[in-house]
This record gives sequence, C-alpha cells and structure tokens, in this order.
Amino acid sequence: MHKLLLWPIFGAALIALPHGLSFSQQEILVFLTINVLVVSSYRLLTLTGEWSLGHVVIMGVGAYASALYTKELGIWVPVSMILGGITAALLAVLLSFPLFRMKGFYFLIGSFAAGEIIRLLWKRFRDPFGGPKGIKGIDPMPDFSIGIYDFDFFEPVSYYYFAGVVVAACLWILWRIERSPVGLTFHAVHWQDKLAEASGVNLRAYRTLAFAIASGFAGIGGALLGHYVGTINPNSFDIDLMVFVLTWAIVGGTGTFYGPILGCVVLTILNEIVLREMGFEQMRPLIYGAVLILSILFLPNGLESLVQKGMRALRGKSRSKEATP
Amino acid sequence: MTSLLEVRDLTMRFGGLVAVDALGFRVEHGTIHGLIGPNGAGKTTTFNMISGFYTPTSGQVLLRGEDVSGLKMHEVARRGVVRTFQHSTLFAELTVMENALVGTHMPFRPNVFAAIIGWDREDRRGAEARARESLEFFGLDHLATERAGDLSHGHQRALGMAVAYASHPDVILLDEPFTGMNPEETRQMMDLMRRLKADGMTILLVEHDMQAIMGLCDAITCMSFGKFLAEGNPAEIRNHPAVIEAYLGGARHVA
Repeated sequence: MHKLLLWPIFGAALIALPHGLSFSQQEILVFLTINVLVVSSYRLLTLTGEWSLGHVVIMGVGAYASALYTKELGIWVPVSMILGGITAALLAVLLSFPLFRMKGFYFLIGSFAAGEIIRLLWKRFRDPFGGPKGIKGIDPMPDFSIGIYDFDFFEPVSYYYFAGVVVAACLWILWRIERSPVGLTFHAVHWQDKLAEASGVNLRAYRTLAFAIASGFAGIGGALLGHYVGTINPNSFDIDLMVFVLTWAIVGGTGTFYGPILGCVVLTILNEIVLREMGFEQMRPLIYGAVLILSILFLPNGLESLVQKGMRALRGKSRSKEATP
Repeated sequence: MTSLLEVRDLTMRFGGLVAVDALGFRVEHGTIHGLIGPNGAGKTTTFNMISGFYTPTSGQVLLRGEDVSGLKMHEVARRGVVRTFQHSTLFAELTVMENALVGTHMPFRPNVFAAIIGWDREDRRGAEARARESLEFFGLDHLATERAGDLSHGHQRALGMAVAYASHPDVILLDEPFTGMNPEETRQMMDLMRRLKADGMTILLVEHDMQAIMGLCDAITCMSFGKFLAEGNPAEIRNHPAVIEAYLGGARHVA
C-alpha cells in the first residue's frame, strides 16, 4: 500500500525540485533529465550484451534530424522530435548490417568507427549539416498553456517539466519492453546466444531490434537537447560525452533498470554541485576517471548493489520487528 | 513414403579432415533413434549439421522431404527440429521458469508493440502455462524460482530438455543427455524419454551410455571415422561384427 503512495510523493518532489535551485542549476537539471533518457536507452542495448561507442552520435542523429525537419520542412517541433527518434532508429537498422557481423569487443570498435564516420559527414557537408559549426538557431519548442501552467520555453523550469514528461513516457515504454517476453529474449541472447537460437530466436533480428529501440530513444533525447540549446555541432556528440554515458552506466550498474539512472544522477550531482562549488572544474576528466576505476575495483556491481543491500537490510529489519511484537 | 527426417550423403570437411563422410540414415516418425560410435566418429558434427549449427560441405538434410541443410539454427528450429547441447548449456543467470519461458519463444512469439500496450496478456499467460507444463513434465516445477546456475547437474540436464520440450518440437535432438548421471538419474531420464515418445515426439539421440541406448532406442545408426557403419535395432547392433570391431570388442561387456 505505501508503495503506491511513494510514486506521487516522488513525482511531487520532482515537480517542486527546480524551485529550490538557481538558474544555472535549473539548466543542469534539464540536461540531467535528457541524460537519464540517453543512459537508460543505452542500457536496453547492453541487455543483449553489446556495448556500443556510437550511442551518443546516434543521439546526435536524432538532434540533427529533428533540427533539419523543423528548419527545412517546417514540421511542428513535437512531431519532428518523434521523427528525429524514428530517423535515429532507422539509421541504426541500416548500421546493423555491417555492425552485427561483429560481436563483443569488435562491435565496440566498429560502433566507434561508424559513429566517427557520421560525425565526419556532418563536418564535411555544410549543406545541410552546417559543417563544423553545426546548425544554429534551431526552432525552440513553441510555448503553450495547459490552463494551470503556462509553458514558456525560454525558462529552463518549463523545459524541465516538458522534458520530464517526455522522458518519463519513454522510460515507461523502455520498462514495459524490458519486463516483457521481448526483454526476456534480450537476456537470453546475451547469456547463451546458441541456446536461444536453438529455441527459435532469430539472433540478428533481436540484436537489431534492441539496437534500433535504444537508438530511437537516444534520438529523442538528442532532439530534446537540440531544441533546448538551439545550436548543435559535431563536437556536441563526441567521444567525451560517450565516455560520460559509459561511466554513468558502469558506475550505476547495468543489472537493474534504475542502476544507470542512479549513476547518471549521482555523478551529475557530484560533478556539477560538488566539483563546481569547490572549483575543481578543470580536473573533471581526472576525477571521472578515478571514480570509474574505483567503482570497478570496489563496487563491481555498481551503485545499484548498494541500494539492493540497503533494501535487504531494511526488509530484514521490518521482518524481525514483525517477529517480535 | 518420405521419412520425417532423412540425412543423405552428408559430408563435412574441416580443411583436409573429413569429419563426416557421405553419411546417410532415416529417422521414422515417433521413434527413438540412436546415433552411436567411438569417440571422434563425427556424431556431434552430424548433429550440428542437422540442427543448422554447421553448414554441411555437401549432402542434404531432408525434413519431411524438404531440404533444410544450410538454414540457420533458428530456421531449422522453426520447422520443428529442436536440439539440446552437450554439457549443461543453460541461461545460468536466469531463473528456471525464465529458462522454460525462453523455450516457449516459438509457439508464443513475442511482439514489442503488443508488449508495450499490454495486448499480449493472453500470450504471456499461454507461454507461462506451457513453461509450467514443461517444468512439471521434467519434475522441476518446485524449483521454478531458483537460479538455473544453482541447480544440481541432473536438474540442469533435465532443464535443458525442458527448454527444448517447451517449444513443442516434432523432433528433439539430444546430445549426450546421460553424461555424468548416476544410474538412478539415468533410469528416470529414460522413463521421461519413453513418455516423450508416447506423446508422439521423435527423438534422435547421441549417447555413449550403451545401457541407455540399448534399452531405449527403436533403431540405432552406428558410425565410425565419419562413415556409416551399421544400422538396425538394438539386438542387431549388439551382435554386428563391424560394430564390435569398431569398439574393439568393448560392445560385448557393456551390452
């Protein structure tokens, strides 16, 4: 019963959250919300056992596609965001033909190469991608009102609410997929691909499906980002950001749905609040690297393993309380 | 009349080595067919070719008259030929129930969109019922929530078969199902296989345990050094001079 109560409280906390923050912190909160979607979509791909280094570039594909659809074709922003995600998913299907001839480490390298090729294409072709300077003046999300609240998208708080709703819907879909027979098949493909195949699972199709879904949601994340900041260029989606996504996923742990989200939130708080306040901004890569190594050494199952331990301890306590009335 | 499964001139070369050489035999519907031979005879290679794990160098695998050689493993599986693996090949990280659910992949094909909206409730229920039925058949239902990797060896072997059985196959290929089992477990497993046969399933079986083979099979194909050696019912094979020679007289005392 109290579990059902937890969700509204959590939601209310998320709605109240930006009002206690400074303007720059509100902006960070928007990025954090988008990054939660990116890292969660990344986890769906890792369910099949494949780790990609091109995920952030695919996110960029969504951002570029959505920006171009609004600019060149005049499509309404919310629709073009969805179209951006679909474009990213379709590109992933296309990329799967060369990439899924490889597995494991080779896939990792192959996905990095594919991502760099896409980035070079953005840099090389000034029309329509804008070359190294990228695309500027991307249409913002049009303002609207839902009666009780007026969305003014120059305010980060408004965009945070908007992105929050979109991300929550995407997370819900990702969660449904993971808990479905499809998700179970992803696990099966990961743990014993031969046995899965003997049970009639089309391995290529399921790997491609996971890659396409993950890429689609990353693309939506990219589109959310593009229409917020208003300018994107090839370097907004470079390997540095990919390393951050990897670090969030590894430090949080990919065993559970909330693990990567936890990693993303905790490391962003560490990064933006602690490091920036303390003036360690320059040492960010160093500290991120140290956090990654330390967590692999001492928390190989990620932050989620701490949560699981805590929950077990709590449950054990409540049980012993029930036992001694 | 065409047999359910027929192997014709099946050949597999690994570089200069001929692992299987122009092998041919037929498996009739509703029988338990054994494939025996000394170590290195090419039994497992034959299995891998039938199940689509290897593409044969030449020759055909005919299922109800249709050539299935060279198809991928999942395509062969979808035509009704499901295999198990040597050793305990399982989804060790998943629970016993989830293992069986993966086995129901073919009769209850998952669909992403239905799963998101929630329109696959009946399929999920059907898959779960089928998985439970399969676990019950192999006496594993009380272990449904255990991690598959934590099971005992005998239970793991049974689970491997339960996963295959869950998919409603016509032919089930068992690769050394009795390895590492004690006599009591072997006897139970033999009973289960007789029940599978009574259900109308056709079983092709590679095995070294002669007692099990002789007690179970309707027909036996013996091969040696990749070549067809002899075929017949257990009594014929037991007394076949070429078979006895291949096993260096070993067949007499194990029989």
